[in-house]
Amino acid sequence: MYKTPCCRLSGLVGLSVKQKLVLNVPQCNQSARNLIQLHRRDPSNWLTYQHLIFLKRQYVTKNNNELHQRAIPKQAPALTIVNEREDTIERQVQRILTIDPVDRHTVSQPEDVNSEAQPGISTLKPVTEDAAEQRDSVSGTVGTSHETPHVHVETDKAKEERLDRQWKQVKVNVADLPDVYAKLAKIKLTALVVTSAVAGFAMAPVPFDPLLFFVSSLGIGLASCTANTINQYFEVPFDSNMNRTKNRPLVRGQISPLHAVSFALGCGIPGVALLTLAVNPLTGFLGALNIFLYTCCYTPLKRLSITNTWVGAVVGALPPVMGWTAATGCLGQGALLMGGFLYCWQFPHFNALSWNLREDYSRGGYRMMSVTHPSMCKRVALRHSLGLIGLSTLAPVLDVTTWTFPIISLPINLYISYLAFRFYREGDRGSARKLFFCSLWHLPMLLLLAFTCKKPRRDPEEPPAASLALALQSSLPS
Amino acid sequence: MASKTTAAAWRIFSPFTLHSPCSISALNIRQCSSKLATKQDKTPKRSPFRPAVSSTHDWIGPPNPLSNLRPIVYHIPENESDLQKRLRHLRQETENWNHDFWTKQNFSFTKEKEEFIISQLKANGLTPRDEEGRRRSLDSEVMAVFYKGFLDTNRVRHSSYNNEWYRRNFTITMLMARVALRNIWRTVAKRKDKNNSTSTT
Repeated sequence: MYKTPCCRLSGLVGLSVKQKLVLNVPQCNQSARNLIQLHRRDPSNWLTYQHLIFLKRQYVTKNNNELHQRAIPKQAPALTIVNEREDTIERQVQRILTIDPVDRHTVSQPEDVNSEAQPGISTLKPVTEDAAEQRDSVSGTVGTSHETPHVHVETDKAKEERLDRQWKQVKVNVADLPDVYAKLAKIKLTALVVTSAVAGFAMAPVPFDPLLFFVSSLGIGLASCTANTINQYFEVPFDSNMNRTKNRPLVRGQISPLHAVSFALGCGIPGVALLTLAVNPLTGFLGALNIFLYTCCYTPLKRLSITNTWVGAVVGALPPVMGWTAATGCLGQGALLMGGFLYCWQFPHFNALSWNLREDYSRGGYRMMSVTHPSMCKRVALRHSLGLIGLSTLAPVLDVTTWTFPIISLPINLYISYLAFRFYREGDRGSARKLFFCSLWHLPMLLLLAFTCKKPRRDPEEPPAASLALALQSSLPS
Repeated sequence: MASKTTAAAWRIFSPFTLHSPCSISALNIRQCSSKLATKQDKTPKRSPFRPAVSSTHDWIGPPNPLSNLRPIVYHIPENESDLQKRLRHLRQETENWNHDFWTKQNFSFTKEKEEFIISQLKANGLTPRDEEGRRRSLDSEVMAVFYKGFLDTNRVRHSSYNNEWYRRNFTITMLMARVALRNIWRTVAKRKDKNNSTSTT
């Protein structure tokens, strides 16, 4: 298994060859020479090296002269992170290639390939390690790397990243557990899922039952936690390699895989049981189905085929359907309409998001429309944005809302369609980003408008609901 | 010893490694140091890159620059059972295999991307660097052709990796569960024995 010619002398040989290397390789690039020298010094001087690289890349314009210059506050974090990441990846490539002449030189002596290829590695390792560090420090607030070395003012983020680069024991730190669980469960995403379920519940034409509302929200939230945790459990090596996901708890080793699975089961079993027993079996079934679709269909499909996006859209559409079935106990037209809203919304949302992550997806082996079928990606986003207008018009036809709804939702629907059209025509990072951020506020707005235009129930005792408070008040059983 | 060197020789001269000497040497260094680490169980000297093997907890390190995966130094408990040994070996082997795959992947991705950029620039008659000495970058639409090509050429490799990874992950988790249950059983049994012995005395 570990049958290597693991000479204990490898370290010594590496060192001596490294010294030879410095003398014998004139075609070494400036950067390689710098880093070989720096590698001999202790790690605390690596900041100098980063500083040199930054100077070389003409990245720092005025900041390096000002000792106390702090990081540029990020107003548009997505923009700067993405741009800097691209540059650092290019830089990393440049450095790998500058090492190549060194490697070719060492590999050309076949009898000692193993030991001589090692200095290639020992020089390559700190290079890419620095690149990784740089990437980390650049993608965070650029605290330490812009400053001259003797000013050790470290931001919290930089400190966290520095600690992250050290060895840690895999020990459960009870104080950290809530934070770890929140990250595992992707708590923000879960909150959005529960919100869409609440929208489905609220739109159902039945009297409002607070206990049922609470129990079904809890059950759906727990089911979502389970699905997200299992997804992270499956995707550890892929997450490690993508910038967006490399700080997840399983990737960082904050808990073991077994612990994560136990947490998932601890959320999923009570969640589905709660939905089945305390709400109704249909909702429980839909909850279990959603977990299955997300973990066993969507997650593996991400690496096999672009149909994963459609499966993911169904996964996103199920929570409002579940909210509706929790309230009414049956799968009505309204449920499918609410699901339809979420289904259509997923495409502009996800396609725009994935547009700017194409490189990471490609390197990670994910098959997304944005990578393999870019024009289809844009077309589908536009088509489904326009579909939202159609669905909004369908809402009063199905007696879910009044006719006010298509009219007042037209401005936001037209706006997102306009942005989708811009994305379709231009297909660049800016238009994708705009569409993505628009989708983030468009959905809550749409659901809120739908709720305010909810079709009043034909109950002579209760006045038509015109606002949220009024609706809740009036539907409480007297 | 001879088998070790032949295995190493095969690894060095096999067609894949000739293309990426860096990665295989990195792998050698990794396996090297992990073997060193396990042998250093008796001498708890801390090497600059890997902590000594503990008997209670695993150590997890910073992401490897080539594969972006974090190396783990697995703990070896006292009186390690066969099951625990099997689990540890499987985890170590899976880690090495994963590291291998991702190093290859990242390296070939970067290399092919670079080649693509240079060939595209040449086709347009441009130099890799512009007047200010900065690297030229290509339009994202042009790069998308490369990304798609990369995914398509590696499709089968990716899907077989995927299957293998799921299988290994599942096996490791099942083994961990069995080990955990056995530990709990042992602790409970020990406590029962202790209670029995204290009650009889």
